[in-house]
Amino acid sequence: MSKMTYAFPQSLSETRTHYCAGCGHGIVHKLIAQVLDELNIREKTLLVAPVGCSVLAYKYLNVDGLEAAHGRAPAVATGLKRVQKDKIVLSYQGDGDLLAIGAGETIHAANRGEDITVIFLNNAIYGMTGGQMAPTTMEGQKTLTSPQGRDIADVGSAMRACELIDTLEAPYYIERCSVHDVKNVNRTKNAIKRAIKYQVEGRGYSFVEILSMCPTNWGLDPVKSAKWIEEDMVPYYPLKKFRDKGEEA
Amino acid sequence: MEEKILMKGNDAMAEAAIIAGCSHYFGYPITPQNEVPAYFAKRLPQVGGTFLQAESELAAISMVMGASAGGARVMTSTSSPGMSLKQEGISYMAGAKLPCVIANIMRGGPGLGGIAGSQADYFQATRGGGNGDYQTIVLAPGNVQELADLTILAFDLADKYRIPVIILGDGYLGQMSEPLVLPKPSGKTFEKPWAITGAKDRDPQFIASMRLTPENALEQLNLELQETYRVIRENEVITECYQCDDADTVLVAYGTAARIANKAVIKLREQGINAGLLRPKTLWPFPSEILRKITNDKKKVLTVEMSAGQMHEDVLLACDDKNKVDFYGRLGGALPKVDEIIERVKSYE
Ligand SMILES: Cc1ncc(C[n+]2csc(CCOP(=O)(O)OP(=O)(O)O)c2C)c(N)n1
Repeated sequence: MSKMTYAFPQSLSETRTHYCAGCGHGIVHKLIAQVLDELNIREKTLLVAPVGCSVLAYKYLNVDGLEAAHGRAPAVATGLKRVQKDKIVLSYQGDGDLLAIGAGETIHAANRGEDITVIFLNNAIYGMTGGQMAPTTMEGQKTLTSPQGRDIADVGSAMRACELIDTLEAPYYIERCSVHDVKNVNRTKNAIKRAIKYQVEGRGYSFVEILSMCPTNWGLDPVKSAKWIEEDMVPYYPLKKFRDKGEEA
Repeated sequence: MEEKILMKGNDAMAEAAIIAGCSHYFGYPITPQNEVPAYFAKRLPQVGGTFLQAESELAAISMVMGASAGGARVMTSTSSPGMSLKQEGISYMAGAKLPCVIANIMRGGPGLGGIAGSQADYFQATRGGGNGDYQTIVLAPGNVQELADLTILAFDLADKYRIPVIILGDGYLGQMSEPLVLPKPSGKTFEKPWAITGAKDRDPQFIASMRLTPENALEQLNLELQETYRVIRENEVITECYQCDDADTVLVAYGTAARIANKAVIKLREQGINAGLLRPKTLWPFPSEILRKITNDKKKVLTVEMSAGQMHEDVLLACDDKNKVDFYGRLGGALPKVDEIIERVKSYE
């Protein structure tokens, strides 16, 4: 008898995604789906999708949800969670959404210790609008709106979300991961699982940042994109657990 | 006889919302509506509800959107500069067919303007206000009793049509204290099978805003919205006529301006001049047909507003003979004067 080593997650829809080859969004969707399956919470999970490449995330995950305005996902998630208190509310966001237009909503939901899980996909660029500079764009990184490379003397340096949120008292769990190789994909899954499990236990705000490839807008092939994360992004965005109040306890 | 109590407009509105079953309130402080969040902060926890002070009006209206999607009766309130920020979420909610109640206790603008009551947000309220082809229902109370009564109605209309409903008051109304009988719940209930409650024993459902596929999905949504608006226009106009039947001049005014116009009508009648007042209680849908009928055989129509003539445009659109339509307004939080109205009407004699 053969042992089942992989099954298509129930929480993942069989629809073909619209994501580009080598994009990290699809990987992260799948990890979320696996976690929802493993925790057996698909039926009580509510997804707030952002404005960005993942605006259609609801088509790919077999859960209830709604679409927030650009940057407002944590506020929408707040309202939803405060009505559907026994449900699991996920706010899935890109870097423009989370750190530029939605910086206020991000900080305040975290500061309230809102009982939601924020999954933050950091691809260092605005994917959906075709590759403009994001708050997380690296120094010297060329984008449509930083054609000479990000000049930090002019526009400031790349923002680190985990470090910012780590200055606040309320958040329960903060971790940065990456999906550029298998080892890190597995680590990311564990982080997502822990973050969501804490919400299931009603412990408050959990935040997972995930470094992710955007080959199309970086102008690199998928292999080089993964390498760019490892060599350029990871040194600036350290992969680590910033806070885990569950472990401290 | 039912007991009358003395209440501030803003407090009466908040209490009426709770009577209507509003369980969640999200808002950001701004004068002259600060009593509203303070009232909810005190009262909602007593009835098992949730009050949350948001970090901005952008966040507040998004919280409203989330709560509405979760199936709750939910409200927010603000004043003019804050209403501008709420337009983002109102447009999203209109497109997503999510019900909610939003009170704009108007103050003078543009910009930060002043804190005195004004009616300068009429265009914003009755023309959608945010991006896209949409409308919201706009209710215009003229006294504290009506503010409370229309709040009950606002929640029912919102749920009935799955539409954001705006209570358009002004700083004078919000701040004034008057005796009222607290309204009773309407007793109406509305099923919300569309609410986002978890995909248990059914397929997942999603409240989407972007509609790219199939090709005509967005036009289809817009046609559905327009059909809803048609039904609302046909069924939900509310207006009050005071001494219009034998009037030579009909004043048209709403809210605080209508209180002043009403006083002018009484004084004009005392002087033997036949004036009347038509007072829309719904600004959208606007009582265009009623106005047209009433004014056709009148000598003169005078719009009285605390704006530069925003509702006046709807009056002009409704009246067949534009030549007999006149306007008197005060701007930037100033109040129309009874004497000035009387003088204007006398000039038509
Ligand atoms: C109010 C508003 N401003 C701008 C836009 C255009 N817009 C759509 S997505 C986006 C940026 C998305 O980038 P990010 O959040 O990093 O997500 P990604 O697409 O990279 O996953 C922008 C600016 C919008 N939809 N709404």
